[in-house]
Amino acid sequence: MSAPLVEMRGIERTYVMGDNLVHALRGVDLTIEKGSSIAIMGTSGSGKSTMMNIMGCLDQPTKGSYLLNGKDVAKLSKAALADVRGRMIGFVFQSFNLLSRTTALENVEMPMMYQGVSSRDRHSRAMAALKRVGLEGREDHTPNQLSGGQQQRVAIARALVTDAPVIMADEPTGNLDTKTSYEVMAILQGLVAEGRTVILVTHESDIAAYASRVVVLRDGLIIEDRQQTPLKAEVAA
Amino acid sequence: MNIFTTFKLAIRALWRNKVRTLLTMLGIVFGIGAVIAMVAGGQGAQASVKEVFASLGTNVLMVQSNASRGGGVSGGAGSRMSITWDDKAALEAEIPTIKWIAPMLQQRNAQIASEDNNWNTTVVGTDSVWFKIRNWEAAEGAVFDADTGASNAKIAVLGRTVATQLFGTSSPIGQTVRIAGQPYEVVGVLATKGQGPMGDNDDTLIIPVKTYEQKLSKGLGKYIAGTLLVSTHSEDQAEQTIAKMTSLLRDRHKLDADVEDDFRIRNPAEFAKAQQDSTQRIATLLAIVAAVSLFVGGIGVMNIMLVSVIERTREIGIRMAVGAKPIDVMTQFLVEAIVLAAVGGALGLLMGYGAALYMADYFGWKFFFPADTAAIAFGVAGGVGIGFGLYPAIRASQLDPITALRYES
Repeated sequence: MSAPLVEMRGIERTYVMGDNLVHALRGVDLTIEKGSSIAIMGTSGSGKSTMMNIMGCLDQPTKGSYLLNGKDVAKLSKAALADVRGRMIGFVFQSFNLLSRTTALENVEMPMMYQGVSSRDRHSRAMAALKRVGLEGREDHTPNQLSGGQQQRVAIARALVTDAPVIMADEPTGNLDTKTSYEVMAILQGLVAEGRTVILVTHESDIAAYASRVVVLRDGLIIEDRQQTPLKAEVAA
Repeated sequence: MNIFTTFKLAIRALWRNKVRTLLTMLGIVFGIGAVIAMVAGGQGAQASVKEVFASLGTNVLMVQSNASRGGGVSGGAGSRMSITWDDKAALEAEIPTIKWIAPMLQQRNAQIASEDNNWNTTVVGTDSVWFKIRNWEAAEGAVFDADTGASNAKIAVLGRTVATQLFGTSSPIGQTVRIAGQPYEVVGVLATKGQGPMGDNDDTLIIPVKTYEQKLSKGLGKYIAGTLLVSTHSEDQAEQTIAKMTSLLRDRHKLDADVEDDFRIRNPAEFAKAQQDSTQRIATLLAIVAAVSLFVGGIGVMNIMLVSVIERTREIGIRMAVGAKPIDVMTQFLVEAIVLAAVGGALGLLMGYGAALYMADYFGWKFFFPADTAAIAFGVAGGVGIGFGLYPAIRASQLDPITALRYES
């Protein structure tokens, strides 16, 4: 049996804010197996964003160990962390975070530039990723020429184009209407079916319902961790 | 990320803000342009100073009776004289470093006339050696030879300006020029020499020195009522020749050790050098001012790169999230600054070239394009890009990805 994808032990994260010490995470243990989908829930201030930042190698814990795919990333340098992010993790954000005035194709190609993928491979892989999310024919559109749902799909294409085993989605449907949210969740579920791991951060329980496991945080600690049968998001024809 | 992609990204980013890019570039364009124009202008001005003094002849010294004793700045002919024709003979015989020595008597603003025209010019009385010292040959007819130069014949050699003023396009050879009412036969016209330290070299008329003394100075004298032009074999003999001439003339004039010289020896090469030095100083000063403007241009680049980093904080966050390392972000901004400065530098090079060309034409200088300076200036432009782009680039690379991603512009 291979090592779990995510293995967090006693993760603590404290910030200094003015004169106060803020304990965002107070000792979290979490193991996530490959190919699962997990929703991390909690109210604002529960520590779920901090947890995602640490899991996504954007931030480092103050205390504790974090093995990503069996490798300890808690003490890596900034450059090494960037490298891990590029290879292991695809991000999808609530506010899409696409480069403005840059075409969908170029947005999707961008992560591969930092991995030294040749220009021709970049192009063909980005085209394939855009097709995968149903945006064929829109590759030359810039974000302001696309709807919110389309922008989020470009972001998903950008997350999956590097073949990263982990997709981290931070409130991916937060800025979308119900129907579009449904479409986005269907694409994410499709990625799980392919064997990728999707980590969803949300405060909406109807979004969390699409995951096979729900972890609830409160005041920097896990208070609930349950398996469930995920709701299936059918793609409307 | 490979460097080609980095450049492509940089050019695209700059292209997106065309007006801003252009305005930022202007600082570099004018900085580089000014440096090149000033250095080129300085070299051109120096070269023309050199040329002006070279028209006097090379390795020339001038010996004059000391007119300052009379209290005037330049008494000219008629003030207290001390140099005699015998002195000239003695100098020639006893100082081996003297190659040639020639008398030069002159009267400015002398009125001369042909049958049809009048002209005021400088009339010079000298001998055949003078033409050798000044390295001046006849374009038409001939200059004096040893015999005619030593004679009291009423013959004249004209400078080109005088020839044109008196005779227009027709040949003056064999024609008559009247000086102080006396007719002189024109035997030669000198080749064009251009500007000299005293103005137009070609605005002159030369007659034999004996004729000059008889007709213009009213009688042959013991003293030379003018200047002795002395040329040495080489430039480095100037100092020792001056020293030898000084001691010989003091001996001959029986001056006691505590008495001042009653003559003056001047070295035009030193004037030339002094003038070149002052030209050099001004040129250096202007180049410094130009360099300051280049520096200001560089600050403009830094300023705009800092603004750009702040504006694109979120972009930096996104790039970092998808795997850009700090060095990638730094390179991206640094390359943008370098491209900005290099393109500005190239345009500045063109502008400097144009300005140098125009100045050379306007001031009548020789055109110089200082290739070495141009190369240095271009290198400096690149350096400015790196130097002033580095700080903003480092700031960009030090951003925290989480903060950058959350940044609201």
